[in-house]
Amino acid sequence: MSHSSVEVRNLRHLYPDGTVALGDVSFRISQGESVAIIGANGAGKSTLLLHLNGILTPTGGEVRINDLLLTKGTLATLRRSVGMVFQEPDDQLFMPTVHDDVAFGPLNLGFKGEELERRVRDALERVGVGHLREKAPYNLSGGEKKRVAIATVLAMTPEILVMDEPTSGLDPHARRRLMGLIREFPHTKIFTSHDLDMVLELCPRTIVLHEGKVAADGPTLEIFRDDELLARCRLEKPFLMQGCPVCGKRKAT
Amino acid sequence: MHMADALLSPAVGGIMWLVSAGTIAYCSHRVREESDDRTIPLMGVLGAFIFAAQMINFSIPATGSSGHLGGGLLLTILLGPWAAFLVISSVLVVQALFFADGGLLALGCNIFNLGFIPAFIVFPLIYLKILGKEPDRSRRSVAVMVSALVGLQLGPFSVVLETWLSGVSALPFTTFLLLMQPIHLGIGLMEGIVTIAVVTFIHQARPELLGILPKTASRNSFPLSALIVTFLATALLTGGVLSRFASRNPDGLEWAIAGVTKEKGVKGPELGVHGTLASLQEKTALLPDYSFSKPAEAKSAPPNPAGGERKESRERVGAGSAGVLGSLLTLALLFVTGLLLKKRITPPSCKASEDGLP
Amino acid sequence: MASLDGALLDFKRMERLADGESPLHRLEPRAKLLVTLLFMATVISYDRYAVTAMIPLFIFPVVMLSLGNLPPAYIAGKIALLTPFAVAAGFFNPLFDHEVLLRIGSLEITGGWLSFTSILLRGMLTIGGGLILVALTGFPAICRALEQLGAPRLFAVQLLFLYRYLFVLLEEGGTLSRARELRSVGKRGLGMRSFAPLIGHLLLRTWRRAERIHLAMLARGFTGEFHTTRESRFGGRELLFLSGWSTLFITLRLWNLPRLLGTLVTEFIP
Repeated sequence: MSHSSVEVRNLRHLYPDGTVALGDVSFRISQGESVAIIGANGAGKSTLLLHLNGILTPTGGEVRINDLLLTKGTLATLRRSVGMVFQEPDDQLFMPTVHDDVAFGPLNLGFKGEELERRVRDALERVGVGHLREKAPYNLSGGEKKRVAIATVLAMTPEILVMDEPTSGLDPHARRRLMGLIREFPHTKIFTSHDLDMVLELCPRTIVLHEGKVAADGPTLEIFRDDELLARCRLEKPFLMQGCPVCGKRKAT
Repeated sequence: MHMADALLSPAVGGIMWLVSAGTIAYCSHRVREESDDRTIPLMGVLGAFIFAAQMINFSIPATGSSGHLGGGLLLTILLGPWAAFLVISSVLVVQALFFADGGLLALGCNIFNLGFIPAFIVFPLIYLKILGKEPDRSRRSVAVMVSALVGLQLGPFSVVLETWLSGVSALPFTTFLLLMQPIHLGIGLMEGIVTIAVVTFIHQARPELLGILPKTASRNSFPLSALIVTFLATALLTGGVLSRFASRNPDGLEWAIAGVTKEKGVKGPELGVHGTLASLQEKTALLPDYSFSKPAEAKSAPPNPAGGERKESRERVGAGSAGVLGSLLTLALLFVTGLLLKKRITPPSCKASEDGLP
Repeated sequence: MASLDGALLDFKRMERLADGESPLHRLEPRAKLLVTLLFMATVISYDRYAVTAMIPLFIFPVVMLSLGNLPPAYIAGKIALLTPFAVAAGFFNPLFDHEVLLRIGSLEITGGWLSFTSILLRGMLTIGGGLILVALTGFPAICRALEQLGAPRLFAVQLLFLYRYLFVLLEEGGTLSRARELRSVGKRGLGMRSFAPLIGHLLLRTWRRAERIHLAMLARGFTGEFHTTRESRFGGRELLFLSGWSTLFITLRLWNLPRLLGTLVTEFIP
C-alpha cells in the first residue's frame, strides 16, 4: 500500500434526462485516510462513488487515482486499486457459492491455480468467514453476506476501499462487529452512510454533499457541531452527540 | 399445458430435444455476437422474475377462478427473440428439475411449445408485422393481443400433436384438440390482457426498455426464422410421423397387417404405411421387445372366445397370475434392498437427512 | 405450481439435501446427469401397456435414495404431490380403450386401465428420477455438467444467474403479493387492476437490480468473459457408475424380470 490517493477535480455528472447529479465536486483523499461522504437521499453520494472506479464516465472534470488519470486506458489497472463494496450484498454476490464469488475478481485479473485459491482463502479468513466457503449466498445472514461482499473485494488486493452504506440492514451486533473489522483495515477508506454514529467512530474526516455539490469538507466532529449546516443539508447529529433522552447529558460533543 | 414425460415416446422426445438444443446453441451464439455483457445478468434475473411472476395470481372477474402471467411473449418483447428463447428455456429447465413440470425428457417439447413458438414464430411473423414501423399504443396492444391468442393456440396444438405422435395416451387426436384449443382461447385472452397491461406500464415508466428492441430484432431475423420454421416443419413431419408409427402401439402393426386380408381396400393407404413400416421395423429391430419377446407370447396366449380374430393375442403384460406374483416378489425384493442399503449407509452420514424444516 | 413461499422452501430444502455427504453426492455431476437421462429414456421406451416389466426399474430410485441418504418420505411425498398430473394425463385412457387385454382369474382388465397404470408408473419413475438427481447433485453442479456436456457457456451462466436470483425474487414477489393481499377484501383488489402494476413494478425493480449486478461485476474487473475454477474429473468411479446402471437398465428393458420370476415360482413350486 505504498502510495494511494483519490483526487476528484471539478467532477460533473449529468444524467441522460438532463438532471444534474454532480455539479463541480472537488476533493483529495490521501493515503491511509478514512473519509465519510454523507448527505441526504439524492445528494449524489452513490453517483460519486460510481465515478471512483470508472463505472460512470464524467460529464466534466476528472478523477485521479494514485495520481493517475482515470481513462479508458487506465481503467483496468485502476479498478484493481479501488475495491468497491455495494450497498446491497445480493447485488454483489451473484455466483453460486461464496468461493466462486470471491474468486470472480481474481479470475478476471488473470490469477489461476494455487495463487487463486490462496487469495480466496486469505480474503475469506480476513473477514472471518472461512467456514462459509462452500455455502450459497442465499443461505447467509445479512452480516455474513456483508462480510463475504467485502471479501470479494479484498481478494483483488485493492489499496483503496470504497463502501456504500456498509452498515445498512445489519442488526446492532453484526453492525458493531463489522465496524470493528473495518477499523482494522489499513486501506484508504471511503464510505457513504446514513449511519452517522458509525461515521463519527470510524472517520476522522467527513465530506458533506448537498444537491450535487460539496457543502462541507473537514474534521467530522466540527461538521457534526455545525447545526446550521446539518439542518440545511437535511442531516442530523449522531445519537452519540445528542442529549441523553433520560438525563439530557451528552456523551460526545 | 406442459407436455409430460409420462405421455412421451422416446422418438418424439429425442427429436424435440435435438431441435431445442440446436436452437439454444444458435441463440447463445447470436446473443454473444450481438449483445453487450450487460445481457447475461439481465437474462438471468429476468428469468427469475418470470418464475416468481408466474406464481402471483389475479382473480378473473365473474368466473371465480384465477390466472397468472405466462410471460413468454413479454420476455420476447423486452429482450428480443434470441435472448428471450434462452430465458424461457432456462425457466423450463428449473421447473422441470424442481417441480417436475413436464419433466426432463419432455423438456425439448416444452421448450419448443413455450419458447420457440412465441420467440420465432409469433414474434416475427405476427407481433412485428402488426406493430409496423411506427408503433403507437393501440397498435402495440393489438399486436400483443393477437400474438398472445395465436401463441396460446399454437402451443397447445403442439402439445396435442406431440401427445398424439407419442401414442401413450389413448385420447383421440380430435377429442384432445377440442378439449385443449377452446380452453386456451380463454387463457390466451387473459395472457393478452395481462401482457398489454404490463407493457403499457413499462411504456409509461421506462419507455426506453421497449424502444430498443424492435429495431435490433427485426433487422435480419425474418429470413432466418422462416428457414428455421421450414427446417422444423420438415423435421417434425418426417421424424414425428415415423416415430408415431414406430412407437404408438407397436403390436397394432401386426394386427393391422393381419387385418389387411379381412378389410380389403377399406383403409388402403394407411395400411400401406403400416405394412411398410412394420416390415421395416422387423428388419431393423428398433424396438427390442417387439422383435423377440412378442412371438413367444402371442403363441402362449389363449384365444379370446368372444372376439374371434380380435387382438386377444396382445396379452403381453404378463401371463396372468405369474406376472402379478412376479411383480409382488420384485417389489418385496426392492423394499428389502432399500432397507439393507439404508442400514449400511446411515451411521457415518446421518446429518444430511436431518434439517430444520418441517 | 406451489405458492411463492412454498417454492422458496422447496428450493432451500433441495439445496440442503444436495449439500449432503454420501458417495453419490461426491460423484461427478455428469455421471449422475447421464444416468438419470438414460433411466428416464428407458422408462419411456416401454410399450404403452407395459406394467409388470417396469416394476424392476424402481430399483434405481430405491438404491439412489438409500445410498444417497435422502429422506424417502420427502421425495415420495413430492412424487405423490405431482402424481395427480399423471392421473389427469392418463385419465382418458380407460374411457377410450375398452379392449380386454389381461385376465387374472375372472377379472378382466382393459387396455385402457393397463396403459393408465403404465402412465402412472412412468410419471412416478420420471418424476422421482429428476428429483433424486437434483437432491444428489444440486442445481449449480447440474449447470456445470450441462456445460461440460456441450451446452453453450452463455446459456449455462445465465442459468446460474437465474437460479441465484430465484431466491431473491421469490422473496421480493412474496412481499409484494402479501402486501397486496393484506389490503384486499376477499377477492376484491386481487384483480387485474392491482395485478398489472404489481408485476410492472416487480419487473422494473428486477431490471434495476440487473443493472446494479452488472455494475458490481464491472467493479470487479469483468470484461465479458466468464472463467471457471472448478475442475471435475470423470474418473473410474464415474465410469463404473455409468456403465453399471446402463447395463442394468438395458438388461431390465430386454427381459421382463417379474414375469420370469413369477414363472419360475409357479412352475417349480406347485
